[in-house]
Amino acid sequence: MKQSSIWRALRIGLCAVTIVFLVAPMLLVLTISFSSAQFLTFPPPGWSLQWYRNVFNAPEWSDTLFNTIEVVIPTGVLATVIGTAAAVGLVRGNFPGRAAITGVLMAPLVVPIIVVGAAVYELFGRLSLNGTWVGFVLAHTMITVPYVVSIVSASLSTVNDQYEKAALTLGAPPWTVFRRILFPLIAPAILSGMLFAMVVSFDELIVSLFISTPTFKLITVQMWSDVMGDVNPTIAAVGSLLFVFSLLVLGIESMVRRGGGSGGHIQG
Amino acid sequence: MEQPGNKLLELRDLCKVYGKTLSVDHVSVSLAKGEFMSFLGPSGSGKTTTLNMIAGLTEPTAGEIYLQSRAIRDLPPYKRDIGVVFQNYALFPHMTIAANLAFPLEMRRVSRSGIRTRVARALDMVELSGMGERLPGQLSGGQQQRVALARAMVFEPPLLLMDEPLGALDKQLREQMQMEIKHLHERLGISVVYVTHDQDEALTMSDRIAVFNHGRIEQVGTPAELYDKPTTLFVAGFVGETNLIEGRVISADGTSCKIATAAFEHIAGNGPGLKTGAQVTLALRPERIEIAPASGAPPPGGRTLAATVTETIYFGRFLKYVVSAGGLTLTVVEQMRASRLSGFGPSDQVVLGWDPENVAVIGKG
Repeated sequence: MKQSSIWRALRIGLCAVTIVFLVAPMLLVLTISFSSAQFLTFPPPGWSLQWYRNVFNAPEWSDTLFNTIEVVIPTGVLATVIGTAAAVGLVRGNFPGRAAITGVLMAPLVVPIIVVGAAVYELFGRLSLNGTWVGFVLAHTMITVPYVVSIVSASLSTVNDQYEKAALTLGAPPWTVFRRILFPLIAPAILSGMLFAMVVSFDELIVSLFISTPTFKLITVQMWSDVMGDVNPTIAAVGSLLFVFSLLVLGIESMVRRGGGSGGHIQG
Repeated sequence: MEQPGNKLLELRDLCKVYGKTLSVDHVSVSLAKGEFMSFLGPSGSGKTTTLNMIAGLTEPTAGEIYLQSRAIRDLPPYKRDIGVVFQNYALFPHMTIAANLAFPLEMRRVSRSGIRTRVARALDMVELSGMGERLPGQLSGGQQQRVALARAMVFEPPLLLMDEPLGALDKQLREQMQMEIKHLHERLGISVVYVTHDQDEALTMSDRIAVFNHGRIEQVGTPAELYDKPTTLFVAGFVGETNLIEGRVISADGTSCKIATAAFEHIAGNGPGLKTGAQVTLALRPERIEIAPASGAPPPGGRTLAATVTETIYFGRFLKYVVSAGGLTLTVVEQMRASRLSGFGPSDQVVLGWDPENVAVIGKG
């Protein structure tokens, strides 16, 4: 009895330390973002929204924020379409070379991201895509496709393929089978894959650093150069906005997952 | 049953190779219009693979499939117009029962009012009127099975395939559904291929049975033919319980042959063209053997044999005896009759009798 309560206390203690360790910096940043001081100090001498105003007024922040939004949305859509199609082919298909294709698609998760960045920079240099909207969307799509592929594949492998076979025998051609049967069954996974892709794209720094130019950069790149230069609490405001955005998206994602998790599994 | 031109479905030398194994080995069989045929065999015998090839869900390695005299091997499943009932029902879980039934009709561009009447009729046929707005998950297993059956028939296909459709149901519901399927088949005149590993199910439901083993069809015949005249050892052993008695042909001519076993001699017609010295197996059903006390009058039937009871097993409706007779061990089943409720006990002396007509001679190989 006594021993188990000691273990219990230790376990709770360890969890508490971990949580503080992970969450405290975030809380610190959140607090500082509302500071009235002109530089990063803790605790703040007073409160104001000046840094948030600055995010939307200063062109280096508002421009890069909108650039990011312009990249994140098409990236999410593109990665979802490609990732879903790939997942259906890889899980349901029966053709040689599936393992190789999976490897290529998943490579951006495994290859050190700085290597990916350098390679993309090199390639885009030849294609004159560095610092262009198209270049960012392409690079981010490549990085986010693996997330969609793995989330959708996991969901697909829990859906019994007899539903698709039954639909085929009832007279539905393959595209109709996907649209009417498979898509509704894996829609929660597709949506959560898309949200994940968007969060990853929103947060992406390394590859974006490589392919940014002074004329087109993303907010993460702007944050990076800001941190390297003179530091004022605007960075805390931007960081807080990013944090809240990611939290929101992940919250939606878990709601989707819980709400839609019932369908698609074989009964009986 | 098999007049030419009356064939609905014909399989010709159908083969399927998976890796290096021949899962389906030159299967040839045909189905008459309105016929109910079972594919019976143990798991892995190729029956489900054959069914999937008919449905178009598995591509044959070789051979051809004819449906209403048309070669359909290269036709995708959605153009075959064959109804399939799957073992796990495969009702679309996100659609209501009515939407499930409407699906094949929508695919065939039936008008909205046409769909409504036909869905209602289909629900009525399987006695589930009023369940149309429910989701599959809200129905019991038996009800889901009925919906699956209705969905596979609502577009009036000429052929219905069923893959162990009652496998997931308990025994009582199974027997009830067997009767319902049988009655639907009789009422609607639809042709059915029914895959099962349950010999009782195959015997009670089918017009004809094709027995599968190791990817091949061992024998095709009516339930009575399979039961009384098995042509292979596998069929004799798989369909019902039987006594298999080793024997050797001691004389043979064009019309008849004489076979010697450890305990008796058997004379049979020489249909299969057996030669003297050939090893054969005799199959004799336990319930085709009469049993009588050694002291009394010999039992009816052409052939009698003295034996000793070694074991008696009580089953309620019948008694099963294990007897030994001149080096043979035989199983005999005796129905419980009002006239004599006490059976024989171990070491009782008895006389067995049977009609030689009931003995099936199975050649080797």
